[in-house]
Amino acid sequence: MATAISILPAQQLATLNDAYRKAVARKRLKVTVAAAVFCAALFIAALGADVNLHTFFTYFGNFVSYFDRILTLDSGARVWTDPVEWFWGLKKWLRLLGETLLISYVGTLTGAVFAFALNFFAAQNTSPGPWVRFTVRRLLEFARTVPGIVFALIFVIAFGLGPMAGVLAIAIHTTGALGKLFAEIVENADMKPVEGIRSTGASWLSCMRFGILPQVSAGYASYALLRFEINVREASVMGFVGAGGIGQELVVAIRKFYYSDVSAILVTIIVTVFIIDISTGWLRGRLFGKETRR
Amino acid sequence: MSQLPKPDTAELRGKYAGVFERPASARLALPAVIVAALAIFAYGLVDLDFSPSKLITGMSQLGWITMMMIPPNPGSSFPLYMQALGETLSIALLGTTLAALFALPVSLLAARNIIPSNLIRFPVRRFLDSIRGVDTLIWALVWINVVGLGPFAGVLAIMVSDFGAFGKLFSEAIEAADRKQVEGIRASGGNALHEIRFGLLQQVLPVIAGQVLYFIESNTRSATIIGIVGAGGIGLQLAEQIRVLEWQKVSFLILMILIAVAAIDFISSKLRFAIIGQRAVV
Repeated sequence: MATAISILPAQQLATLNDAYRKAVARKRLKVTVAAAVFCAALFIAALGADVNLHTFFTYFGNFVSYFDRILTLDSGARVWTDPVEWFWGLKKWLRLLGETLLISYVGTLTGAVFAFALNFFAAQNTSPGPWVRFTVRRLLEFARTVPGIVFALIFVIAFGLGPMAGVLAIAIHTTGALGKLFAEIVENADMKPVEGIRSTGASWLSCMRFGILPQVSAGYASYALLRFEINVREASVMGFVGAGGIGQELVVAIRKFYYSDVSAILVTIIVTVFIIDISTGWLRGRLFGKETRR
Repeated sequence: MSQLPKPDTAELRGKYAGVFERPASARLALPAVIVAALAIFAYGLVDLDFSPSKLITGMSQLGWITMMMIPPNPGSSFPLYMQALGETLSIALLGTTLAALFALPVSLLAARNIIPSNLIRFPVRRFLDSIRGVDTLIWALVWINVVGLGPFAGVLAIMVSDFGAFGKLFSEAIEAADRKQVEGIRASGGNALHEIRFGLLQQVLPVIAGQVLYFIESNTRSATIIGIVGAGGIGLQLAEQIRVLEWQKVSFLILMILIAVAAIDFISSKLRFAIIGQRAVV
């Protein structure tokens, strides 16, 4: 059974075609203008950032050969032919990596405790008053926006060189980041249990403890674990400014052109980050089921 | 006055044995975890040389530094700082855009619905993961070795480290795309390239644009710090002023960073809404 496709009369078709073309042309114009503005911004940015394609292409060989160099031992052999020589400092590096992990652990836990203490004041539905909420929010925002390594730079001067500055820097940054996420979890919590508890004449503190906390604690732990993962990466560079951990060793190796050491330290860092990612992911999955990543 | 009935505890216990008599392992699990966490914490404090006296002197030192920071004052270097801030914004914009451009084709290779074969996907994914495992600051150091000190090294560092992140995010966006459009194009006789161009990209581009905008914003933050190792921008000024203990300038620079990040935040969220939603489809 064949059906004929009805063809509109030419006049009607022309108006429809016209309207279609106009709509498409308008949309195209918008996209073109947006693209032009974007390209102009890129061009200005290229000038601002001293982009020099000539330098880039001249030195691009350097980038490739850099990897060639860091994968070559002093004796001229490839690194993987002699792993013992390649990882000659493994004992020291593992100790420093352990320090990096400890820095991020202590920093994350401290930050999480502070974030926990502050988040009920920052959340809309549990905050005792708008002024408290405003102040706490700004405080958390500040702690989150100033990069951790800037805090580390300042703390190194105040507390002296060493892991203490790194821990405190990570703790402050974590307080800001987790405080916001925790407050968001609390804002999503069901308020009915709180009303129930308040109706028995309980104080604000009891309302939080028995009404909110049971609902949100799993979310808290999940975000804290995720933050630990991020902080391990961050702690690996704290040593750049003298705040402890493996970063110090890495920056020395890069600056002094100990090529094979650079690749060996990088490999140990990457492997550690992998292990931490996988194990915290597994732990999160086991404890709280699948949850969306942030 | 009526009295509430006394609960029959014995009967309840019999009825809900699971609630009243939990096995010791379940009862001890939480305290055990807490004790272990605190033990590691305490070990960490000892191992990392925390001492109350150090903490107190440091805190007083910090209080003193904070006093020195007020009021923020750029001295005569305000134009220089504005230029440095421009450099930082340029680094963030350019680095993110380049990363997105390079990551798009690679992310196709990492998406399950484009490349069903594990053989290609697995190495591509691990490659992206390794790039992401290395911090932006480390990439900056590597690029400084290649192209020398300056903002160009910063652009390249942001580009490489974001390449890893974008590759993963884009491939996830592509995997979440609807199959139906693609199938429609195949049914009408399109080849694989047509399927990607007309079936996939239409769905994926708005998502990707949103992610790129979000990264430009977060990279403004990263770009402020790569200057600390010498890759240009406002971080260079910041690190220098901290080293020479010019605290008023330091606080001014931090203030500038905060304002710049807030401004970028505002603009990019407006743009994001313009691209991905809250707008009638024309």
